[in-house]
Amino acid sequence: MRRHQSRIAFFLLLTPLVLWLGLLIIIPHIDMLLISLRERISFGVYEPSLTHYEKALTEPLYLRTFWRTAVMSVLATAITLLIAFPVAYYIAKMAKGRLQQVLFMLCLIPFYVSELVRTFGWMILLRETGLVSNLLQWVGLADRPVELLYTDATMMVGLVYTSMLFMVVPLVTTLESLDDSVIEAGYDLGGSGLSVLREIIIPHAMPGIVSGCIVVFMLSLGNYLTPTMLGGKDSLWFTEMIYNQFIVRSNWELGAAFGFMLLILSSVIVWGVLRLTGRTLKETMG
Amino acid sequence: MTPDLECLDLVKRFGDTTAVDNVSFSVPPGSFFSILGPSGCGKTTIMRMIAGFLDPTSGDIRIKGGSVLDTPPNKRPVNMVFQHLALFPMMTIAENIGYGLRRRGMAKGEIGRKVDEALDRIGLPGIGGRKVDELSGGQKQRVAIARCMVLEPDVLLLDEPLGALDLKLREHMKVELKALQAAFDTTFVYITHDQSEALVMSDQIAVMNAGRFEQVGTGQDLYYRPDTPFVAGFIGESNRWKGRIERAEGDTVQLRTDTGLAMRATGATLSEGDMAEIFVRPESIRLADHAEALSSFDNRLKGTVTSLLFNGAASRVLVRDDAGETLEVNLPQSGEFASLKRGDTVHIGWGAGQATCFGAA
Repeated sequence: MRRHQSRIAFFLLLTPLVLWLGLLIIIPHIDMLLISLRERISFGVYEPSLTHYEKALTEPLYLRTFWRTAVMSVLATAITLLIAFPVAYYIAKMAKGRLQQVLFMLCLIPFYVSELVRTFGWMILLRETGLVSNLLQWVGLADRPVELLYTDATMMVGLVYTSMLFMVVPLVTTLESLDDSVIEAGYDLGGSGLSVLREIIIPHAMPGIVSGCIVVFMLSLGNYLTPTMLGGKDSLWFTEMIYNQFIVRSNWELGAAFGFMLLILSSVIVWGVLRLTGRTLKETMG
Repeated sequence: MTPDLECLDLVKRFGDTTAVDNVSFSVPPGSFFSILGPSGCGKTTIMRMIAGFLDPTSGDIRIKGGSVLDTPPNKRPVNMVFQHLALFPMMTIAENIGYGLRRRGMAKGEIGRKVDEALDRIGLPGIGGRKVDELSGGQKQRVAIARCMVLEPDVLLLDEPLGALDLKLREHMKVELKALQAAFDTTFVYITHDQSEALVMSDQIAVMNAGRFEQVGTGQDLYYRPDTPFVAGFIGESNRWKGRIERAEGDTVQLRTDTGLAMRATGATLSEGDMAEIFVRPESIRLADHAEALSSFDNRLKGTVTSLLFNGAASRVLVRDDAGETLEVNLPQSGEFASLKRGDTVHIGWGAGQATCFGAA
């Protein structure tokens, strides 16, 4: 009887998860896969075909955008890590008491505002008649309005800014768990700042680094707003192409194929990173 | 001979509080020196200053005669065994022990040889490939010491390294630490709040209280000849009273405690009318059935057993005398008092030499 009850409780607790995974992730993806693998012959008539994948892999614009998105996302992840690591180290190890809490809050506060508004903030700062442009003219570094928007660099700033918190949080958590005396022991036994960082702090922070990188990479790869608003005409992002196929061109088959290519790309890169750092997904996430 | 470690007028202030107040001491080569004190007395601050993690407010620290104040911690010929050992969990045992040697740029083969040698020395050969969390508490302890000793430091600092171990292992490690110190023939500076650790292992012990050294001496000095009331109260256990000196003849004084107990005791520089604190150890009080057996003692009392505190070899009886004063007395385990029970009448006595008194404000 008891066993029976606990089984019911178990299934009840499992239901939301199964519904969420099934209805919102697994079923739509199966449908997407099926859509991407068919070709429209005429109105309402479809045939199985690989033609959209063929098109995606042979059309230079599509392929170039695909690789560019991948490389830029990796770059954005690397820059985010480089900026976030010292910040996280300061918050976790050097700031004490209230200062620590305040700094952590400061990292969090920008996320009270929606991503759209935050990106507009950057546009207000960086546009031709914006704050930065006016400031440069006033100081005398420029003699006419400067357009800082619509370049790859601007887009990168936006991507890094958006991802920062998702790198800082896991890093702070892992760094906080490192006992101060372990760092002191590193110095005491003759280590320099650099070797303590390389041999003790980074190996300890590795789970945080890997999980932060995975999250930031996925967020960058799937970001739509920032590249669209801050990027220039040459900074086409792969998500924009998916959007175009689905919404503008109503070509669901090609859009679905793009979607699957992006899914495969992110899976392969995450798997590669885990292999490279010798970690399992279980260790990193659990 | 130049001392391995010398501290001169060492002072450390944190804001308004003085953590270390004018401490000077020197440690001869190859000896085991302990700093013993209650928590918060400043002993960890001294240790961190010697290791280089804190700068003294004033004073000097000299190692083998040379000042190390301008030497950063990673260049000092001093290594430290941390309270929680601080082994590097991301490395194997061999990598842990070899860490300092790698930092010195020693060749790989040489490091491997030295690490194996160190593992032999601590009696754990062949565990080099294991992870830190696969070792027991005592094994980690020995690895933490080996990790420092391969660097052949002039002084090894140990910050309460036995605190995290359970009682049985702690007793065992005391003996082992002393043996390791002899084997490596290095100067050990050991800080602890546990008097038995300090008494068992040390050549010299400094008793520290509120930022100052109360007394520096051998275990026997501290136990038999305490200089201050704090040392007398901190080392071992004592029956203690406050009283007034009634008569003084040389070192021997006749006094009466506030509770009315008359007693002969030892205390230099005290004169008639002075207030004094008196300490008598439970183990220096003799228990007897008849008053005649105690005729050789200066102080004799008759009392009633109010409690038996059984604790194996350290068992005690509480004896209340006719004036209502309760004294703790050691219970000999030789069998003659095996039938002693609550309410029995006993006689107790102790010599004037075993009652130490100090002038009190």
